[in-house]
Amino acid sequence: MSVTDRINAAIRAVPPRLLYIVAPLPAAWWLYLGLTGGLGPEPIKALEHELGKFALQLLIAGLAVTPLRRHLGINLMKHRRAIGVVAFFYVLLHLLVWLGLDMAGLWGQIAADIVKRPYIALGMAGFVLLIPLAATSNALAVRKLGVRWRKLHRLVYPAVLLGGLHYVWLVKGLQLEPLLYMAAILGLLAVRVIPRPARTALRA
Amino acid sequence: MAGRWKNDLNWSDVTPKAAFLNRRQLIAGTASLVAGGIAGPALAGLDARPSAYSTDEAPNSFEDITSYNNFYEFGSGKSDPADYSDALTIDPWSVKIDGMVDRPGDYAFDDILKDVTLEERIYRLRCVEAWSMVVPWIGFELADLLGRAGVQPGAKYVAFETLLRPEEMRGQRRPILEWPYREGLRLDEAMHPLTILATGLYGEAIPKQNGAPLRLVVPWKYGFKSIKSIVRISLMDREPPTSWNMANAREYGFYSNVNPEVDHPRWSQATERKVGGGLFAKRVPTRMFNGYGEEVAGLYRGMDLTEAY
Ligand code: HEM
Repeated sequence: MSVTDRINAAIRAVPPRLLYIVAPLPAAWWLYLGLTGGLGPEPIKALEHELGKFALQLLIAGLAVTPLRRHLGINLMKHRRAIGVVAFFYVLLHLLVWLGLDMAGLWGQIAADIVKRPYIALGMAGFVLLIPLAATSNALAVRKLGVRWRKLHRLVYPAVLLGGLHYVWLVKGLQLEPLLYMAAILGLLAVRVIPRPARTALRA
Repeated sequence: MAGRWKNDLNWSDVTPKAAFLNRRQLIAGTASLVAGGIAGPALAGLDARPSAYSTDEAPNSFEDITSYNNFYEFGSGKSDPADYSDALTIDPWSVKIDGMVDRPGDYAFDDILKDVTLEERIYRLRCVEAWSMVVPWIGFELADLLGRAGVQPGAKYVAFETLLRPEEMRGQRRPILEWPYREGLRLDEAMHPLTILATGLYGEAIPKQNGAPLRLVVPWKYGFKSIKSIVRISLMDREPPTSWNMANAREYGFYSNVNPEVDHPRWSQATERKVGGGLFAKRVPTRMFNGYGEEVAGLYRGMDLTEAY
């Protein structure tokens, strides 16, 4: 059995439903840490950051599914929808922490920030684009929408780009980490546009 | 002793408040002792007298003040300074004072301390990122040191520089900012009695993550103006370049006075949240000049602070 076969066998052993069951665990763990002093002296920002970063990582993982199968033969297709739904769930929690804890009740400042702050506006746009995708991530919608479902779900590309840009935009000074995330997003989008050169590049 | 005690308070007004503060600090310190296992305040260490310039707001715990820091020389994460500043050598240390002064030269740290009166200054600190703390600094007025160096009549600005030592300051190995870190003040701001050089915190020598052995504290300006681990002070007749202003002039002005009406282009400065309040801490309105308007507003009379931000 090749390495790829072994990886695929391991993946098949994990039912997608299991992802939904373990998905809330990181959030619950961070919330517990936040309540007990484990997130440091500013737990609100720490929680906001953990959730935002995990959401972005999941969105990027979702983007990686197709290239992984096409170029490396690793098949995560059965898990892709769960990855996407969990990513949406973490973006939502990230937004709720901002609304409910960070800005807690300052509706005037919330409204002003969404309009006036480019990084908030970008994040918000990313979130809004994800709403129809989350809403149609069920078997019924897939059947009903047919080919239109695949078209609709291409919205994930701009959504992830907006999320990545949101991160690049919010840091102070020239920092490496958000640029690495952005590079990963652009790389995963690029291998879709130009599959052949990317394939040889990956093999090399 | 330039400008010391220019206010109407005298010692009899000050002492009861100071005694009260010390007691409460002790309680706060004990709490941090229990929570973090870190040595408490004022039990040993620096001998400093209380000051009428101290706020009566409750100081943050030693743990808060020493674990949540912006000191990009050690990395951009809030815990990086606490995690990595151990590597810094602070002894020996000297400060080069040059430019328009009568007595330029390298001033050894111990020598600087010989001539000054240490005071405890409990100040509010407002970060440009919209969080705040209350910190019981120990230090002396910058005016005392400048007086010793002899400021020449034509000098109008003071420039400061942080140590450049990438071998010990890992953040300096990356171009997060153009190193060394630089800051500056107008001479009247520098000579103001609220402006201090801090050498201690909670009764002890200042920890490395807070800018050991010597840092500036200008409580009415955003925290980044209060440059840490200073190795050079230059008197000049023109406005010196400053690090965050060089990185992004639209976002970080030379003055950078705390001002709830002038937003950072990327976020509002109208509110702030005091660090250490847990998961349900609420934001509170930010005050003009961080609440020090009575003392410093006069420095900016006639200036348009939306232009000179
Ligand atoms: C696609 C959607 C989004 C993604 C992928 C995302 C991701 C992120 C990431 C990675 C961070 C930085 C975390 C860190 O520094 O460790 C962040 C920070 C943040 N995000 Fe989002 N985000 C999204 C949507 C939103 C929305 C809708 C809002 C609110 C309207 C929002 C508000 C914030 C705030 C306030 C911060 C913290 C900024 C600070 O440091 O003060 N984000 N986000």
